[in-house]
Amino acid sequence: MPVKTLTINGKPQSAREDQTILAVAREAGIWIPTLCHLEGTTDVGACRLCLVEIAGVGRLLPACVTKVEEGMSIETDTPRLREYRRMIIELLFAERNHVCSICVANNNCELQELAISLGVDHIRLDYLNPVCEVDISHPRFGIDHNRCVLCTRCVRACDEIEGAHTWDVAGRGIQARVITDLNQPWGTSMTCTSCGKCLQACPTGAIFAQGSTVAESRHDRGVLAFLVTAREKKQWIV
Amino acid sequence: MDLAELQAIAVKERSARRQVRIRCCAAAGCLPLGSMKIKEGLDAVVMQAGLRERVNVSAVGCLRLCSAGPLIQIDPDGPLYERVRPEEAASIVRALDGGPPATPQRGDPRQPFFARQRSIVLENCGLVDPDRIESYIEAGGYHALYHVLREMSPGAVVAELSKSGLRGRGGAGYPTGLKWATVAKQPAARKFVVCNADEGDPGAFMDRTVLESDPHRVLEGMAIAAYAVGANEGYIYIRGEYPLAIHRLDTAINEAKRTGLLGSQIFESRFDFKVDIRIGAGAYVCGEETALLHSIQGQRGVPRPRPPYPAAAGLWDLPTLINNVETFANVPPIIRKGGEWFASIGTETSKGTKVFALAGKIRHTGLVEVPMGTTLREIVEEIGGGAPAGTIKAVQTGGPSGGCIPAEHLDTPVDYESLIRVGSIMGSGGMIVMDQETNMVDVAKFFMEFCMDESCGKCIPCRAGTVQMHRLLERISQGLGTRSDLEQLEALCDMVKHTSLCGLGQSAPNPVLSTLRYFRHEYEDLIRDGAARRGSPVKKGTGPIISGPAPARASPAQLGHSPGLERGE
Repeated sequence: MPVKTLTINGKPQSAREDQTILAVAREAGIWIPTLCHLEGTTDVGACRLCLVEIAGVGRLLPACVTKVEEGMSIETDTPRLREYRRMIIELLFAERNHVCSICVANNNCELQELAISLGVDHIRLDYLNPVCEVDISHPRFGIDHNRCVLCTRCVRACDEIEGAHTWDVAGRGIQARVITDLNQPWGTSMTCTSCGKCLQACPTGAIFAQGSTVAESRHDRGVLAFLVTAREKKQWIV
Repeated sequence: MDLAELQAIAVKERSARRQVRIRCCAAAGCLPLGSMKIKEGLDAVVMQAGLRERVNVSAVGCLRLCSAGPLIQIDPDGPLYERVRPEEAASIVRALDGGPPATPQRGDPRQPFFARQRSIVLENCGLVDPDRIESYIEAGGYHALYHVLREMSPGAVVAELSKSGLRGRGGAGYPTGLKWATVAKQPAARKFVVCNADEGDPGAFMDRTVLESDPHRVLEGMAIAAYAVGANEGYIYIRGEYPLAIHRLDTAINEAKRTGLLGSQIFESRFDFKVDIRIGAGAYVCGEETALLHSIQGQRGVPRPRPPYPAAAGLWDLPTLINNVETFANVPPIIRKGGEWFASIGTETSKGTKVFALAGKIRHTGLVEVPMGTTLREIVEEIGGGAPAGTIKAVQTGGPSGGCIPAEHLDTPVDYESLIRVGSIMGSGGMIVMDQETNMVDVAKFFMEFCMDESCGKCIPCRAGTVQMHRLLERISQGLGTRSDLEQLEALCDMVKHTSLCGLGQSAPNPVLSTLRYFRHEYEDLIRDGAARRGSPVKKGTGPIISGPAPARASPAQLGHSPGLERGE
């Protein structure tokens, strides 16, 4: 397979031709923030946190879905990108009711980690304070829409890894919600296998195991990537 | 079907013509005003008067001057009647038979509104009966398809399109020939042609009118495109809000199938082509090509990142050509008269004509088609007749993705590049005229609300950013905004424009940016006046002290406000 060479933040890198910018950066130990990206599932380019600047390209491109090209010169951490990323995180915090101190995912939350890494110490926007539902009709799990960032990782994990497609998205714009089956209580879903992959996929405390309290939720993202690697490559690497 | 049969249909149709033909507009503008009743009335009167051998009455497409509807035009010599009422049918027929002049208001078909237009896309609009394929064939229809299938190679068709310089009429202006060539070069055995008829911009009704007035033209354009790129299946994605256009398209497809102009081995060539209609469920974002493709596939209508472009991986990951209604409607005349002829019309970079839907504060509302390079002033002042009261303040083009062009730039020629230079875009052809009464902050807020409602919710900048921008605009328009709100609004505009996933989000800030560019003082006045109003009562200690955001605009009297301080800061 042909190999491409490119530079990321001025440093030369090599890449396989089918790799994305994000994959190459991760291999090289270069951090690009992501939220909707989840190893083992298809990328959708929705959160826009991984946007990078590429010399000679007029617009910003998402690293997760942009394939490498020979001679690409990529910048992943410019002041402009940092400001945009910060604003994206602020938009998320303002959009729903993210209160870390009472959240099951406190200290184990990707949104919280992103906010800290990107220097979001206050929100310059109006909080929208929407009224959101909490569905605890499922015997083992619950979903708190107050904490959902609509990354659709649960939707993709459920569809692509579990094959159940219990989760999907309904509504549009700010009213969009992840739903189970045809927007019915999770506990009444006929397709849910109660496998818990959505729980592992969730970046925040939106999907949680019942009975867990503040800061108790521990997501194991690795288990999803492990499953996919095992299935596709027959490699059982823990 | 062969050429002789096609010509026979045209001859038969021509011989059925009567000496006098009364054309009644049966498009969506005049129908709700009772144009079908008028047609029925005319039919009945003609019958009673025993004039059937001399006069026929036909329902045709749009007669363009929508503001004066219902419209009726009479051939030959084309007297035009405006605002016709059903009970006036008898007087019109009597006038034809040598009676006293008809009672409805006489319109002048030579007035600038008609005389300054140049019709290519709309050449049959208001002339042919959209429900009868014979009427289209008589006007020269499907001859271009015959020529293409029997006398041209697919490569030659693409070359002709490239030579014409036609650019996508959906708004972005991508060269059509290049798009066709890209799809034609894809090695896949199965390809698709898709017609984007999900016209959703507020104030735009060009595509609807073309489909209601001359649906076969679009089918012929699609068939030619399919032959050129090597596709055998086509879809027309049309919004559910256009029931009449859907009905006429459906009739047109069935008629074309029945006549052998769609289906297998068209004109006894080896080319097969079938077309299906897909009806949108009301999402504006489905006009974005990748969302449109998802919707056709039965999935949720959300965009996906490009590349891959639909030309490489479209419907079911197969190469797909997507063009707008007006783009396809330009194809038959280009084939008929040649790419060079088309390229001789318009400007250096924008060829041919463009159809605009004139609406807003303007005397003549309706449909106009003008050569590219015509100035905005000619369109709104000469053709449109200017604002009925007062003077024009700005012209909005390009819908929610476009911008407001102020009166001082009315001499800008209408072409893709010039409109971008003045901060707007060509867009699909909606043109909304605003007079001095219009508050530009409200205009920006209206379009932002539209984008907020129509955001699909997939990417964060568009989903949450439009909501925040709308809140800031709301606050500023109510006089509750501050300078930092304005700064934040500008920062959000920049961020949403550069980080959103699809065209909807990327262009959502445009109405704000263009009004800020030309009418910044209106934003600043609202902020300054609002601050003065809120500041004065507190200082004087006479009015109620408002804490937090005030519920709505409070009147000066409520705030114990002294009028003398109104303008001061």
